[in-house]
This record gives sequence, C-alpha cells and structure tokens, in this order.
Amino acid sequence: MSEVPAEANVVIIGAGIVGNSLAWHLAQLGETSIVVVDNGPLPNPGGSTGHASNFLFPFEHSLMMTQLTRDSVRQYKALGVFTESGGIEVARTEARMQELRRKQSTAKAWDIESHLLGPEEIKKLVPYINDELLVGGLSFPRTGVVDSLRAGTVMREGAQQLGALTVVGNVEVEGIDVAGGRVRAVRTDAGTVRAGRVVVCCGVWSPRVARLAGAHIPLSPAVHQMVSVGPIALFEGTEGEISYPIVRDMDTYMYERQHGADMEVGSYAHRPILVDPDDIPSIAASALSPTELPFTSEDFDPQLADALELMPQLLGDEKAGVRYAINGLISLTPDGHPLMGESPEVGGLWSAAASWIKEAPAIARAVAEWMTVGRSEIDCHEADIARFHPHQRTRAHVKARADEAFNKTYGIVHPAEQWDSSRGLRRSPVHDRTEALGAVYFETAGWERPQWYASNERLVDLYGDRVVRRAAEWDARWYSPIVEAEHLAMRDGAGLVDLGAFCVMDVGGPSALETLNRVAVAQMDVPVGRVVYTPFLDEEGGLRADLTVMRLGDSSFRVVTGAGVGMLDRQWLVDHLPDDGSAHVTDVTSGWTTLGLWGPRARDVLASVTTDDVTHGGFRFGTCRWIEVGDLDVLASRISYVGELGWELYVPTDNGAALWDELAGAGQAHGLVPVGIGVYGTTARLEKGYRAYGHELTPDYTLCEAGLHRKAVKRQDFVGRAAHLAERSTPPPATLCTLTVDYHGVPAGERRYPLGHEAILSEEGEPLEDAKGRRSFATSAGAGPSVGSHLLLAYLPTHLAVRGTRLQVECMGERYPVEVAVAGNGAVLDPGNERMRA
Amino acid sequence: MRVLVCIKRVPAVGGRIVLDGADIDTRFLGFTMSPHEECAVEEAVRLVTAHGGESVVVSVGPPESEEQLRYALSLGVERAVLVETDGGELGPRATARELAAVVGAEEGSGGTFDLLLFGNEAPDSGDFQVGIRVAEALGRPCVSGVKQLSVEGGTAVAMRDRGRGMEVYRVRLPAAVAVKEGLNLPRYPSLPGRLKAKSKPLARRSVLGGDDGLRKVGLRVPDGDARGTQSLGTGPDAATRVVEVLEELGVLTP
Repeated sequence: MSEVPAEANVVIIGAGIVGNSLAWHLAQLGETSIVVVDNGPLPNPGGSTGHASNFLFPFEHSLMMTQLTRDSVRQYKALGVFTESGGIEVARTEARMQELRRKQSTAKAWDIESHLLGPEEIKKLVPYINDELLVGGLSFPRTGVVDSLRAGTVMREGAQQLGALTVVGNVEVEGIDVAGGRVRAVRTDAGTVRAGRVVVCCGVWSPRVARLAGAHIPLSPAVHQMVSVGPIALFEGTEGEISYPIVRDMDTYMYERQHGADMEVGSYAHRPILVDPDDIPSIAASALSPTELPFTSEDFDPQLADALELMPQLLGDEKAGVRYAINGLISLTPDGHPLMGESPEVGGLWSAAASWIKEAPAIARAVAEWMTVGRSEIDCHEADIARFHPHQRTRAHVKARADEAFNKTYGIVHPAEQWDSSRGLRRSPVHDRTEALGAVYFETAGWERPQWYASNERLVDLYGDRVVRRAAEWDARWYSPIVEAEHLAMRDGAGLVDLGAFCVMDVGGPSALETLNRVAVAQMDVPVGRVVYTPFLDEEGGLRADLTVMRLGDSSFRVVTGAGVGMLDRQWLVDHLPDDGSAHVTDVTSGWTTLGLWGPRARDVLASVTTDDVTHGGFRFGTCRWIEVGDLDVLASRISYVGELGWELYVPTDNGAALWDELAGAGQAHGLVPVGIGVYGTTARLEKGYRAYGHELTPDYTLCEAGLHRKAVKRQDFVGRAAHLAERSTPPPATLCTLTVDYHGVPAGERRYPLGHEAILSEEGEPLEDAKGRRSFATSAGAGPSVGSHLLLAYLPTHLAVRGTRLQVECMGERYPVEVAVAGNGAVLDPGNERMRA
Repeated sequence: MRVLVCIKRVPAVGGRIVLDGADIDTRFLGFTMSPHEECAVEEAVRLVTAHGGESVVVSVGPPESEEQLRYALSLGVERAVLVETDGGELGPRATARELAAVVGAEEGSGGTFDLLLFGNEAPDSGDFQVGIRVAEALGRPCVSGVKQLSVEGGTAVAMRDRGRGMEVYRVRLPAAVAVKEGLNLPRYPSLPGRLKAKSKPLARRSVLGGDDGLRKVGLRVPDGDARGTQSLGTGPDAATRVVEVLEELGVLTP
C-alpha cells in the first residue's frame, strides 16, 4: 500500500467522476498540491460512477441544473467521451403531454433544443416502439451518453501530468482532524496528510465521511433499479455504443437505453428503497461493488409488463435475456439539488456530493472556482450546502424527503407542489389562530405558512368577477381564488399577515456598521430608527441577497430576510465578519415573530390599540421604533412588501398570539381580514413590481438590470462596488420588466395562466436573447387582481424594455400576447407609492 | 419425457465472506442457486424442449426460496414445488429424504420422472451427497460429476472428466444425474419468461421432519488477503508486472 503524502493544500476524498474532475479543475486553476484518496482501486473504486447508466438529457425545470448539464456536456465533448444519441420523453397520457408542452416552453427559455413529436414521428426514430400506446413525445436531439469512468481517468491523469496531483487508491479514511473549527488533517490507514482544505466527493458515503469531521452532508443513498437485456438482434448490426434515441417512458417512470448489444431498462417506479450510509457494504463484502446491491426482482417485476408493452418485439425476444440486474445506489437530497461548497459547520471542509453523471464535471468546476476565485461562472446558490436550516440536516428529515422524492424523479411535479412528509416542524406562535381560520399551509424551510384562509371564502363571491376562477386543473392546483379575494380585501380595508417565518438576525459589536456597510449596497450609516432595504452583491456585481435592515442602535442592527434564503444570507454575513471578532451575527429567528398589518385601514386598526403616534407625520415611512400595543411592547417598522400603508410588527415569540388577538379584535371594526402568503409573496408583490430573491434576483443579473440601482453610489467601499460602478456606465444588456398578459378574445374557460418559467417570445414567436446570451422568461407570474391582469416579471433585452412593447408568452403550448406595462423598476399599481406613504 | 430438477437457495457471495455466528452474513448479499444447478435447470429445459414432456423444479429451503424457483420457471421450467423449512438449514440426509418424498408424491399423480437432475454439490455446504442419497432411496442408478449428457430412447449417456480422459456411462432411465458447471451454457431469463414465471404454479409443502444426520457446527473463513483487487500499475509501465503475474499463474511460460 502506498503511503499518503504528509502534507497537501487540498485533499479530495473520493475518486469518482466528481473527485477526479475536481482535481483537474483545481489544477487548471493553479492549485499545485492536491491529494486524491479513495478506499477502492482505480479506475473504478466502486462508487456510483461505476454503475451509472451514463446518459444525459439536457433539460430540467431547474435553470441551474440545466446549466450544469450544459457545461458537463461541453466538458465531456472536450474529453472525447460524449456520443450524441438523441432522447425522447414519451407520453402515454394527456396529462403527461401537457407536462411535455410545459417543458418545451421552459426549454425555449433555457435555450435547449426540443421538438414535440406525434406517435408516428416517434416511431420513425424508434422503430421498435409501440406507438399505439403514445399520445406524443418531446424530443431532445442533443441528448447523449458518456464514458464517465474514462472521463474521470483522463482528468485525473491530466492533473497528474501538471504535477499537481498525487493519487492514492485502496486507503481507508479513518478520521478528519478538526481544531479551532477548521479542518487540519486527514488520517488514513496509510498515514496522515495535513491539509487546510478537504473536499468530500464520496457520493453515497459522503454523510459518513463528513461525520468524521463533525459535519453533515445531508443526502440519502437510494436504490435505482436497472436491468440489462440482450443480445438484442436489432442492435447486432449497429456500430458503437448507441444508435437509437434513449426513450424515457415518463408515465411508467422508466427508461430504455441502448448500450451496445443490450437494452438497459431502468426504473424510478419501484418503491423507494433507502439505504443508510452506514449500511453500505465494504468493498470486500460486496458481491459486485458496494453501490451495486443485489437485485430485488420483486420490486422490479411489476414494471416489466410496462417495458414489454412499449417495446414488445425488441424486449419480448425470447432469445434476449436479463444479463445484468442491480439495485444501484444513487444519492438523493431533501430538495433534489446537489450539495456544494464549504460546510457552514467546519471551516475548510468542502462538499461536492449528490451529483448525477450529467452534472458532475460542471459541479466539480464550480466548486473548484468557489475554492479558488470565490465565485462560479454558473450560479449554484441553490446547491450551496450552507442553504440548510439545522432540521433539514437531520437523518430523519433527509430520509423522509428522499423517500417522498424518489417516485417524483419522472413525476409531474407542480411548481407549487407541497411535501407530505416532515411537516409541522416550525410553527409560528399564532398557528392555532390561523388554523382555526382554516389556513391552508405551504411549507418553507420547515415553517408552516398560511397560503390563504378558508374563512375568507365568502370574499370570493363578494368580489365576483374581479376574482379569476381558473378553469384548467393544473392552473388551479395548489391555488385558490380566495388568494385574489384576500388581496382585494386588503387593498380595500386591511390585512393581517403571519410573517413568523422571517429569518431575523441581529448584527452587533463595535464594527457592526462597518461590517454591514461592507456587504450592503445601500448606506447603512443612517439615523437610528431607520429601515433600509438593500441588496448584497458579489465581487462581480451579481445579486447575492436582498433584505431589510433596521438600525436599532449605534452598533445594533436587525437584519430581516426570507426563510428560504435565510441560511445563505446568514452565511454571507458570517463570511464577511471581521477576523478580530469586533462584529457578530446572532440568529434570533426563534426569539421573534412578526405580523404584517397593511391596507388603507391599517392605521385605523393600529391607532385603536396604541396610544403612540402612528400618524403619517408622527411615524414616517421607512422608520421603526418601539410602540405599545395594548399591554405589549412592539417593534413597529413602517415598510411594505405589498404596497400598502402599514407596519411589520415584531414581538418576542411568546407575545405573538397576544398581539394577533389584540389586532384581530380591533380590526373587526375596520374590515381587517387574515391574508396569506399567496398575496404577500405573489399577487401584491407583482402589482408593485417587487423583486424576489431566487426569482428575479440571482447572481446572473446585476443591480442595474434588476432596476435596483440608486441615483448615487455610496462613497464607502462594498463588495461588488467596482463591478457596479463599471456597469453603470453602459446600458444594461437586460432590463427587468412587468408584463401583462392579454387574454382578449380567449374564452375564460380556455385561458391558461403562466405560473413562472415560461418563455417570452417575440411577436413572431422567436425566443428573445440579450447580449449576454440569456433568454427571456417569466421569473415570476401571478394574478394582479387590483389591476385586472395576469402579471409576469421578466428580464428583456434592454432595447425591448419599452412600455407598450408587444411580445408573447408561451404557456402549455398556447401563445398569448403580452405587453410591457413597466420597464425597469416600477409598479402597475400605484406607481407613485401614494398608498404606502398615506 | 419428465424431468425433475433440484436446486438450493444459497447466498451469492462476492469477494470476502463475512460470518455472522455459525452462518454467512447475508445482509448485503443476494441469493442464487449454484452454477451446477443452473446447468441442471438449463438441461431440463433443453431436454423437454427437444423431447416434449414436462419439467418440475424442487427446492427444500426457507420460504424465500421461491425467488430461485421462480427464476428456474422464468427459464422455461413448467412448475415448482417448495418444501418449506422454518429457515434453518437441513443436512444432506434430511434434504434427500424430503426430496425423495416429493418425487414419490409427484410420481404418484403424474408418472415416473425419467431423469432426476441435481447440481453435483451445493456451493455452500459442499456435501456431494444429496443426489446420491435420493437415487439410493428410490432405487435408481446415479451418475455424478457429469459434464455431458444426452438422452436417446430409454437411455441416458453421461460423461464426466477423469484426468485427461472422459468416463462414459450409459444408464437406463429412470435415473438420477448430478451435473457440473460446463455441462451447457445456461440462458438468461427473457422478459416474457420472467413475466410468465410469475403466474406459473408453485406448490408448497411442509417438511416431514425426522433425524437430520449431519449438523453444521460452525464456519471459519481461512486467512488470506482481504482485498479482492490489486492494481499492477497503469499504462506501459505496468507491462513488466503483468507479465510476471501471468507467469506466476502459469498462463505464460518464462
């Protein structure tokens, strides 16, 4: 056995496709001292790379995943291991056909070639398919297969040739030494290697390896069953590995992929079979490899008939046998995204895990970029391992979500679809109040948030035709016309919103101001009692966060952000704290709860329960201070994300229910209704053109493009300032606009409503692309009840960002005219913000 | 022609065998029948395809042995009989007694089996006894270690390796034959075969019980290199070492 080197800059644990690729990219980026260790022998140490079916469909609903696949294909092509085969997702049902039309619209936005095909056209490409079963299909001609083991070998050897890499196989990692919260060394049975950075690229073993350092990598190994049937007579005359398009039989959750003389038949239809990382057998104890577990035919057999039905002659050939069958292990995560980046728990411990073959080299490149230049070309914030709240890292949560997610792999998943498992973990103190009002809860980061209230059903009739009744089941799924009625009631009177899910962080210490000013675009040196909305940027000027900050004292700030991005924002702050400890961040989310009170009557409600001055002159917009509400001490902040007069009211969590009761009681005389997140997060927000992080705001776009730049740039330096100054001197390539959908002439029963990610096209039906090659799509979509339009936000090439420009949106195969209602920052409702400043 | 083939459910061990008390640790293992028995099943299917008639597969073992019986059915055997144990392993004497009883019962209703086929020995216990004991109990001739088999009229011709030559036996049917891997090349199950196997008849019987004779006391894994794979190097540099290993193995002569 070889000894490991005594010292390295980076130790990569795991020599699968990710580890090898990471070594290559780090070497490319100038890293000179890398050690790769693996428990198994090279080139196939026994992880999931070794049994992957190795095909890459280029499209996913997630833009990030699509971009990662695109980059991986580029890399595989450069390595000479990519074979384009084409691929077709076939539909046996009308519901699936609708899903394929939805995919096609988004594929246009993601710049992925796709073609809707009829059964006969599919038959021409796949002569052995039973086209009588099919409604149609969506073809992705750029689909292909790769040799991932070869790719890994070439990249590993490339890094070795650069003199940057030492590879040691057949060594067991026995420990990871941590001191002072940072990684120091990796202990193996072949010696100890000191290193300040350790990257866990261990696929299904990653949780086990991370635990050696006291950290979590929240994934669960899960079985994916695959059989290989051959020899297939038709394939005997074909050259190379693959000559026919890969077929995804979406409705049966299966795929059929030629591999030489065999047809590989894989399934995501069987029961979820999760394996604890601690229960994966050792290499020695495995019959095939640790990640190729014994095939359990009773799980697969129910799907055999489906495969036979689709390809009756080819798979029904009595001379073709099942030559290989495995329960292959893959990695599943709680939200389906990979696990990338530095652990928020242990400094210097990095993760590059939960990757499929189709993303692996791109994930490796992005992690290498994070480790060296600090920013990846592809925005991967959705895959940042720092995104998890503590409960999301528990084994039970990971297992519950992996179990639920497995059969969604080929499923039709609605963008608003809710999880059944692992619910009710975080409840605001007014939960029993909202529950009594018939709240329908949607989950974010474990929080149960009222999306709308059944108690407001009566408002639907009250508002009559101003509330849209969506005819299509898909459009109406996970939605209620009550949302729009609540919206109108709030704009007419007042609404009370449970905002308990807010992530609240206090920043304090002597350097608190300097720290915040260093990350915030907006001026933080404001009088105590001011509330400031500010984005954070990265060094390249990409948008990293948007949040509000209350200055509570000279060196005391309260930062409020959304639950979904809370942990990422927290990490960004922590990463930018001064080394000398003169500023600190404290997550006080659990200590405080927030109620939103907004609407033209909000002041009447609040004034009736407080003796403090809440008049417009006495409590200015954009300020915060302590007031008494009944017998409660309340931090009131006069801002609004819904475009109405009102306040965010902060109290210690134990006062939350009492505050709700006080306001709800007083509100009865003023038409106060409970209002859900459907209004807060979508309808009211879109009418005001407010941008949301992760939708409009991502590192792919800049302040000027988002229209969030101010007249002047503050004099203090801040992260991204230079890049921002540079972009201000030229017109932005894209400009965020609010669009209205024109349903003129379309009967109400036939209208389809965009829900987000639909392509925006020219009037001629061509995709729109800006100077940076980014295509236009609906970043957010929803009803605008007060303006009587369905609203979209979309980045348009700047020359099209002109009020009145006529374009189209493609939704479920239909195209509707849209018009630019607002170009840049602004609102379709109350553009002068008179309602808020009343 | 009627053929009965006997199989045993055994762990599909890979690299190193891990023990769990007196048994093999099967937590991470699948189950299979032995390569000998796969050949016996293949031969049964071929004989019935060529001569007509019926094949029956029998196993004595735990309820999960259905998996191996269904596998045999997916290859073309018509029906199966499972003599269910409570999970404990029977010794060769008890196994033979149970199998002989199945043969008796099956022949009572369906006529004599021309051939009883066995794997030469079980891959786990390796007793080399069951086929011979069943033949003895039924008073039929038995040839073991068979690598070639043909049937003509009422006679079977069975051949087995004997050093540099072959021993050839002619036996009048009905007879018992214990075969070895290499007899034929077993087929893989086709997808239609697997589907059909799900609905083919499988009868369950319970063990008669009685004196077991031989009992397993324990297992021991011999010492040896635990690692299954050793890298000899990469690229042209490895060539010298590869030649050395091939010479050590006697594949090449120096």
